[in-house]
Amino acid sequence: MRYKLEKRREPSMAMLVITPVASVIVTMLVGILAFDALGVDGWAAVRDIFLTPLLASHKWQDVAVKAAPLVIIALGLSVGNRAQVWNIGAEGQYVIGALAAAGVGLAFGQAGGFFVILAMIAAGCLGGALWALIPAVLRTRFSVNEVLSSLMLTYVSLQVLGYLVGGPWKDPNGRNFPATAPLPEGQMLPALDGSTIHLGIVVALILPFAFWLLMSRSTFGYQVRVVGSSPHAARHGGFDAKQTIWATMLIGGAMAGLAGSLELTGALHKVDLGFASGYGFTAIIVAFLGRLNPFGCLLAGIVLAVTSVGGQLAKTTVHIPDSTAGIFQAMMLFLILASDILIRYRIAKRA
Amino acid sequence: MTARLELKGITKRFPGVLANDRVGFAVQPGEIHALLGENGAGKSTLVKMIYGIMQPDEGQILWNGAPLQVANPKAARKLGIGMVFQHFSLFDALTVLENIALGMDAAIPARALEAKIRAVMTQYGLMLDPSRVVSTLSVGERQRIEIVRALLLNPKLLIMDEPTSVLTPQEVEQLFIVLRKLAAEGCSILYISHKLHEIKALCDTATILRGGKLVDTCDPKVETSRSMAEKMIGGSLKDIKRDGRSLGAPKLVVQGLSLPADGPFGTALRDISFSVRAGEIFGVAGVAGNGQNALLLALSGEEPTARAAVTVNGTQVGHMTARDRRGQGVSSVPEERNGHAAVPVFTLADNAILTARDRLGMVNRGLLDAKAARTYAGEVIEAFSVKATGPGAMAESLSGGNLQKYIMGREILQKPQVLVVSQPTWGVDAGAAAAIHQALVDLAAEGSAIVVISQDLDELLALCDTLAVINGGRLSAPMAVADAKIDEIGLLMGGIHGETAHAV
Repeated sequence: MRYKLEKRREPSMAMLVITPVASVIVTMLVGILAFDALGVDGWAAVRDIFLTPLLASHKWQDVAVKAAPLVIIALGLSVGNRAQVWNIGAEGQYVIGALAAAGVGLAFGQAGGFFVILAMIAAGCLGGALWALIPAVLRTRFSVNEVLSSLMLTYVSLQVLGYLVGGPWKDPNGRNFPATAPLPEGQMLPALDGSTIHLGIVVALILPFAFWLLMSRSTFGYQVRVVGSSPHAARHGGFDAKQTIWATMLIGGAMAGLAGSLELTGALHKVDLGFASGYGFTAIIVAFLGRLNPFGCLLAGIVLAVTSVGGQLAKTTVHIPDSTAGIFQAMMLFLILASDILIRYRIAKRA
Repeated sequence: MTARLELKGITKRFPGVLANDRVGFAVQPGEIHALLGENGAGKSTLVKMIYGIMQPDEGQILWNGAPLQVANPKAARKLGIGMVFQHFSLFDALTVLENIALGMDAAIPARALEAKIRAVMTQYGLMLDPSRVVSTLSVGERQRIEIVRALLLNPKLLIMDEPTSVLTPQEVEQLFIVLRKLAAEGCSILYISHKLHEIKALCDTATILRGGKLVDTCDPKVETSRSMAEKMIGGSLKDIKRDGRSLGAPKLVVQGLSLPADGPFGTALRDISFSVRAGEIFGVAGVAGNGQNALLLALSGEEPTARAAVTVNGTQVGHMTARDRRGQGVSSVPEERNGHAAVPVFTLADNAILTARDRLGMVNRGLLDAKAARTYAGEVIEAFSVKATGPGAMAESLSGGNLQKYIMGREILQKPQVLVVSQPTWGVDAGAAAAIHQALVDLAAEGSAIVVISQDLDELLALCDTLAVINGGRLSAPMAVADAKIDEIGLLMGGIHGETAHAV
């Protein structure tokens, strides 16, 4: 029996939901088989990476802290992706956002309070947006592919970070470690007593609703969707493609910068060489696993955060490197992209 | 005499559609047989089964009296069945000879093939240089390649799918000479068309399909165009009511409009000037690829031009974007529906927002009024009898003709001051085409200025008050349709084209 792909009359909504879930499940199954074949207890590895963080309540706060930046960055990226704008440099925009926030914090010295924190977060958004502005200008003025320019700027941002925390912004009392001084208490986001759950997590829970409103109900969201799916129709409708590229790049950069400033003020409280931990790249997977849908991004952000927390866990329990989680995350992205075709096509028996 | 091809009770089902319902007719040797029907009547499905692209579910195909199963197009060609498709499969960057060689089932040495091609060309008077690169050829010349390709196989039956839709009247005459010569030598021709006067001029027999069923097999020389059209649509054809229209002051004035070519295969617009008065329908005739697309983009505002090049109601709008021009009352319908006039993956309601959001108030403080869009889409569906499941149907799920009706309706119901349409009835069935024509005339009667860009000269002659011909990006002087001569229009359509194509 041979099979063929047959175009569906209308895109399948069921497949839109089933394929991300199936990607996660298939990733788990492949993981079990692959690790068993390597002589590691595959079931234990997959259990610790995918399930333990969900089942053990003391791991939930770790998951929430890791999910928040992933969700926020992915929301911004998914707007660009809807317009076929491929910002791969969220990691750099996240770093620059955090640096901008840290710089404003430093400028206030030991002062703190609501308005100082607000200024730091606003600076974070602005810093991320400005960093994203560079690929936007290159793309609209000189037709430079934003995939390359935004990605390369990530490495530039890491150099900026290295310079600042190793030089002008280095903590004078930090035993010469390249890191900024810990934030004064007044510049930290409020957190739940006795936990690491900070206000940034609440922001990550509220933003999906705002993005849903933006993308599904506003003229701007409509413009983004038209430009992404039919550039000619967009022009016919009087929408400006360049303006759309600008706007979506800025939104993506601002969200990454927001995530960076929330991570600084809410979770890490200082910037060191390890500040960039790959959230900006993992968020690309979150955006796709979440089908570029705001609520999908929320769920997918949690799934990816689970695997990151679980990866740490599996290092101690089954003694596999924590980069294993990265392999699983990549496998999920691969499977979701490969199964995309099932939304518009069905598998039919060949006559 | 045994028929060359005989179909008996051919039935083909697709999910939800009966494309052919017990269709049977016979084509005699040397006969030119018309296959006539509206879009979706089942003509294409039927010839695809004859050419082996699909298999019938029921029924029998007899070839010279013997039952036959055509497994694939290669088998069909081996039997002597050739087909010239409406859309050519040619590589622009290759020569005529290379293109033909690529399309042959057997590998023939280039020199031998060239000799054969030259022989066929001389025999049928098809003038073409085998070493020319396809991109330098006119559409008519490209079609000759496809015909030569089919003739090289010494066909006993040649299927031609809508061959004249892209030709000038003179080119049509030349094609008919070739086809008559072929038929005289005993080759049968199955000629698919909906242009009734061509069928009357060329064909010996006409088989008419409607809704997948055979309606009639008749002699087109005895029938009138009108009687065949009525059989085709299964009802009486309404004439366009054109009276009661008076022309007012100039509404759309185009003055010295020029636009650089969009890419190496585009056509530049050169110094185009014309004006359209309130209540007037202005036609732009021409062979495809002579600047029609650029003209539409320049008028709609998708390609902004010099400020003074386009004036609407006395306001200079040349520099304005499509959105701002809509604000001035300029609507447009481009030729390509999917992906230009409409977003294929959006619903009809969402597609209403694309061009009607400002004029019909579908935006409220930056948020879309989905209900207003749905209501308007519903009105368009109702008023233009669009076959769709409703405002929530995806644009891509509609047939080409239905989507065209929806798009035309979406613009016409906005009551624009100026409406520019390209190919308003391309692929639309005769009944719907009449409805679209009537809607255009009614819109003009209310005082709008209308520009119709079309390759269908019959359509323009029936619809327009004034006519000009576009060729190589230049527009001829306008002429009143009442005293236009077909020969003259044909020369304008084809004349200059050859020269400019070589010069570039």
